[in-house]
Amino acid sequence: MDSKQSGTISLLQGNEAIVKGALAAGCRFFAGYPITPASEIAELMSINLPKVGGTFIQMEDEIAGIGAIIGASLAGVKSLTATSGPGFSLMQENLGFACITETPCVIVNVMRGGPSTGLPTSPGQGDVMQARWGTHGIHPIVVLSVSSVLDSFEITIHAFNISEKYRIPVIILSDEVVAHTRESITIPDQTGFEEVNRIKPSVPPEWYHPYEDNSRGVPPMASFGDGYRHHVTGLVHDVHGYPTQRVDEIDAFQRRQFRKITNGFYEIQMTKSTMLDDAEIAVIAYGSVSRSALRAIKMARERGIKAGLLHLITLFPFPRQTAEQVLRQCRAVLVPEMNLGQISREVKRVNLSSKIEKINRIDGQLITPEEIFKKLLEM
Amino acid sequence: MEEKMMAESARLRHEYLRHDKKFPHVWCPGCGIGIVLGSLIRAIDSLGLDKDELVLASGIGCSGRLPVYVDFNTIHTTHGRALTFATGIKLANPSLTVMTVMGDGDATAIGGNHFIHAARRNLNLTAIIINNQIYGMTGGQYSPTTPYGSNSATSVYGHIEHAFSIAELAVTAGASYVARGTVYHVPALDKLIARGIEKEGFSVIEIMSNCHTQYGRRNKMPDPVTMMKWFRDQAVSVSRAAKMEAAELEGKFTIGILADRDKPSYTSEYQHIREQALHQEKKK
Repeated sequence: MDSKQSGTISLLQGNEAIVKGALAAGCRFFAGYPITPASEIAELMSINLPKVGGTFIQMEDEIAGIGAIIGASLAGVKSLTATSGPGFSLMQENLGFACITETPCVIVNVMRGGPSTGLPTSPGQGDVMQARWGTHGIHPIVVLSVSSVLDSFEITIHAFNISEKYRIPVIILSDEVVAHTRESITIPDQTGFEEVNRIKPSVPPEWYHPYEDNSRGVPPMASFGDGYRHHVTGLVHDVHGYPTQRVDEIDAFQRRQFRKITNGFYEIQMTKSTMLDDAEIAVIAYGSVSRSALRAIKMARERGIKAGLLHLITLFPFPRQTAEQVLRQCRAVLVPEMNLGQISREVKRVNLSSKIEKINRIDGQLITPEEIFKKLLEM
Repeated sequence: MEEKMMAESARLRHEYLRHDKKFPHVWCPGCGIGIVLGSLIRAIDSLGLDKDELVLASGIGCSGRLPVYVDFNTIHTTHGRALTFATGIKLANPSLTVMTVMGDGDATAIGGNHFIHAARRNLNLTAIIINNQIYGMTGGQYSPTTPYGSNSATSVYGHIEHAFSIAELAVTAGASYVARGTVYHVPALDKLIARGIEKEGFSVIEIMSNCHTQYGRRNKMPDPVTMMKWFRDQAVSVSRAAKMEAAELEGKFTIGILADRDKPSYTSEYQHIREQALHQEKKK
């Protein structure tokens, strides 16, 4: 999407931009539970969804919130929930249900400091590994991060599109700084968007096997009420959707889940490169920290240091190839994070021989451009 | 007469059970859940509902396995959460008839919060709760409806907690329709379920059912027949109970319709919200 195309200029918060993005992507259902710093998303959905024929409901807890959005999606409606750390922890079991039943839905986690009640009004990036591995058992998942108000709008649209195309829950990780910062952005005219919708079955109902493999590994999805009566279960199931204990069926089912994401990897992995062409040192960052990193590499360039930035939008599946190129080219790479090193571990996993440095803040404060710049000077 | 009944039973089986699902089912011989399944099918048949428009959601436990056998849109969700999924399905497509089937532990322990809020919210859903007073599938541990003093795998010295009365809880929480039946009083049960499905608003049908394997065996009722007799002897109709003293009702439970009241349902109320939101938008 080109942010310079014609549209409406709006002064928005990150949370507001997520709502605009969700509505633009065709989201027509929201269920959730109030929590700081994500509550604005629910409030704005409650105002805007009824205007477009959609539905908002405030549930009794976050477990119910994600249960309801999975239900709505199974009935054919694109759905969103939004929360922060404690609520995200409560959602983990049903998140696994969305994974195993391949139900598209989008979950926003506006990260705050943790664990437990933690730091409700301060930013954090402590939930990165939870987003990847929080629900039990092996499962693929897509985790995207947002760093600005414009991102919050655009990436939310991508999140819905990926979710629909691959039949997978997509998690958007925002943080308190992105959520509450106000920035001016241009919301492009409606017609400019690509809106992806899940593929529906074209075969007669008696031929429909809801979990049958195909070249993409993504079976067409009928909604409840479409005339394709079928069974949905959190048990490992066969192509009919019925529980199975057959070893060959279990293995094929589990592997297809990963294969469909591997097939779509190049489309799902999103990164932004800044001044990387001739870079000798690089920063790999995501979320609000990437904003500080961008400023820091500019400061370094002013000093004649060849620094660049790899801004990760997709955190999982981890953009391995892109990171590899940066690691191959640069003698040292810095990974600043508001945790004790979660994405830096992923970077180390693909590392060839570059030196990897870290900056870690866990005091509820944003990592400043000066801190990153100072570290770049040492590298 | 018998031949006619057999033919009717065969018709219902062919019409409503899934042909491609491998029977036998998972339940123990003599389990009450099969009787509930039969009652549910007859209730739906009596209402003449289109199978494409029916959704049956369950949670986890023996009751959770019921939907897979019926030829509707079916979903076997996570433990205690059937009502949350059902809420999303109903709101996304209000033209669907959405029902849930849950057990006593499923609906009132792990899912207790969802249960009372669904009743309060009065969304047009039907909740069938099979109360066998025990966690059957996991091996007979006590549930929120295990009677005081009885034995279970986790109360071998006698149970010291007091049981929930599920139907009475639903009445207090605001459900539009609340009924209680048993797997002994089957013709009455068919009607209680049919009325619940028909009713606009949140409907609860609590069904006392036998788990002789896990509950009865530990409490001097080791077979289905003994448990059936217990249901027969302990059940008191709502109208008769109204004329009885509290002391006489000790250890007994009521059957019949406990509440049948009209309140605007959530989906009709939400339609007003949409109209109001659009109206305000146009005024701007």
